Amino acid sequence: MSTILTTENLSLYYGKKQALKGVNMSFDEKGITALIGPSGCGKSTFLRCLNRMNDLIPNVTITGEVNFNQHNIYAPTMDTVKLRKEIGMVFQQPNPFPFSIYENVVYGLRLAGVRDKETLDAAVEKSLKQAAIWDEVKDRLHVNALSLSGGQQQRVCIARVLAVEPDIILLDEATSALDPISSHTIEMTLLNLRHDYTIITVTHNMQQASRISDRTAFFLNGELIEVNDTKQIFMNPVKQETNDYISGRFG
Amino acid sequence: MNAKRVDKIATGVLYAIAAFVVIILVALLGYILVQGVPEISWHFLTSPALSFEAGGGIGIQLFNSFYLLFLALLISLPISLGAGIYLNEYAPQNTITGLIRTTIEILSSLPSVVVGLFGYLFFVVQFKLGFSILSGAFALTVFNLPILTRSIEEALANISNDQREAGYALGLSRWETVTKIVVPAALPSIITGVVLSAGRIFGEAAALIYTAGQSAPALNFHDWNPFNISSPLSPMRPAETLAVHIWKINSEGIMPDAKAVSAGASAVLIIAVLLFNFLARWLGKRLYKHLTAE
Repeated sequence: MSTILTTENLSLYYGKKQALKGVNMSFDEKGITALIGPSGCGKSTFLRCLNRMNDLIPNVTITGEVNFNQHNIYAPTMDTVKLRKEIGMVFQQPNPFPFSIYENVVYGLRLAGVRDKETLDAAVEKSLKQAAIWDEVKDRLHVNALSLSGGQQQRVCIARVLAVEPDIILLDEATSALDPISSHTIEMTLLNLRHDYTIITVTHNMQQASRISDRTAFFLNGELIEVNDTKQIFMNPVKQETNDYISGRFG
Repeated sequence: MNAKRVDKIATGVLYAIAAFVVIILVALLGYILVQGVPEISWHFLTSPALSFEAGGGIGIQLFNSFYLLFLALLISLPISLGAGIYLNEYAPQNTITGLIRTTIEILSSLPSVVVGLFGYLFFVVQFKLGFSILSGAFALTVFNLPILTRSIEEALANISNDQREAGYALGLSRWETVTKIVVPAALPSIITGVVLSAGRIFGEAAALIYTAGQSAPALNFHDWNPFNISSPLSPMRPAETLAVHIWKINSEGIMPDAKAVSAGASAVLIIAVLLFNFLARWLGKRLYKHLTAE
């Protein structure tokens, strides 16, 4: 399998406080990678470095490189708008726009200049099916997305990302604000998507990481402690800290 | 005294204060409406004012008020929208933007008569616009700008950051996020703010006395060419508004029915301002419902 994304000596400072300490990591194409670790360990910060969402926070300094298809995304010539179309993101709180379900899903396409109604209709159906919510909303595509339940909203947000056909999907604790049944539906959705997309998910739910991910990375205090196949991490971790964390001794 | 009793007394006192405020408002509105509504007729609303005889109306003043309001909003809305968007979406939090915010606050507490005198010196005299609708509209812009900017800024600030992040994460530029997501989502409260400020502009007198003037020359309602001085649309003609008219009748009106005209005009003014308020609430609620699907 080929590598799609690598970070080299990636460090991040909030003002003077160092939140990421020289992280080196690489992601293979396709499949699910879970980032786990206690609160404040830097896993979300790391995730948000991968599509430059941290640029939006004042007083953040980032050093090192993030290479996406052999191009450093922190190079001055990088077009962040284009980058974020290739690396999509789903957030902790479902955040659909206050428009109809249909408009939410086609938003990215419309902005990219797609006008043809048939293309848009097809994209809506395909994305909503991929996000496993088509059957629930196919008869009411034009109602406001905010009228849906939290779990449904989150799947509409996933469909919105899928519609622009990114290479990578980042999920920042995408199920932690949802009830267990909705979480389960989203996990199933992700398992179906893992053959077609590179998915990187931050979660503080270790069972979830072990259930759905192919690889798991453990972060602690801004450092990447260990990354390996999920089975290896949970059955036979190399580092003592990893073992302590997954066996619930702290965190 | 035990806590329960104190609580009861406090509740009673608060109710009394609230009732007092409501009574003042109702009494004031009631008095004006009872005095004025009987004077209102189609003739009163449409015919021009008479200076020396009874039976004059407020037609021209009413038209002037609406036209001036329209022009003032036409000028101040784009500026306020731009300033509000800049302050909330683009400006970094530093001393300069802090200074801008303080300036806006001071400007919004400026007495309107001072705005009027400034308008007189600046627009009427310096820019040689004379006593005209245009001078009045600029003065009202100065008067309205800070309040409208604040209300638009607040409307934008109430849109959760999740929405902006969703836009950025979808590959929208900052400008697209602002114009296609944040502003539409904030539209209900922006419109409420605009309509409420329209009510304030509509009732404003002091800022207009020295800028739009105190005379209402006869208008030819068949001539809609804005370049003719007798056209209703001409921005260069002096234009006494309803609020200024009320002030003038009461200070120097010599028509025999001055009291009745003043009462009728006041009632019309109050009704218009109330309508603006209800319209703002209704429109805001409707749009909010439409956007949130509740």
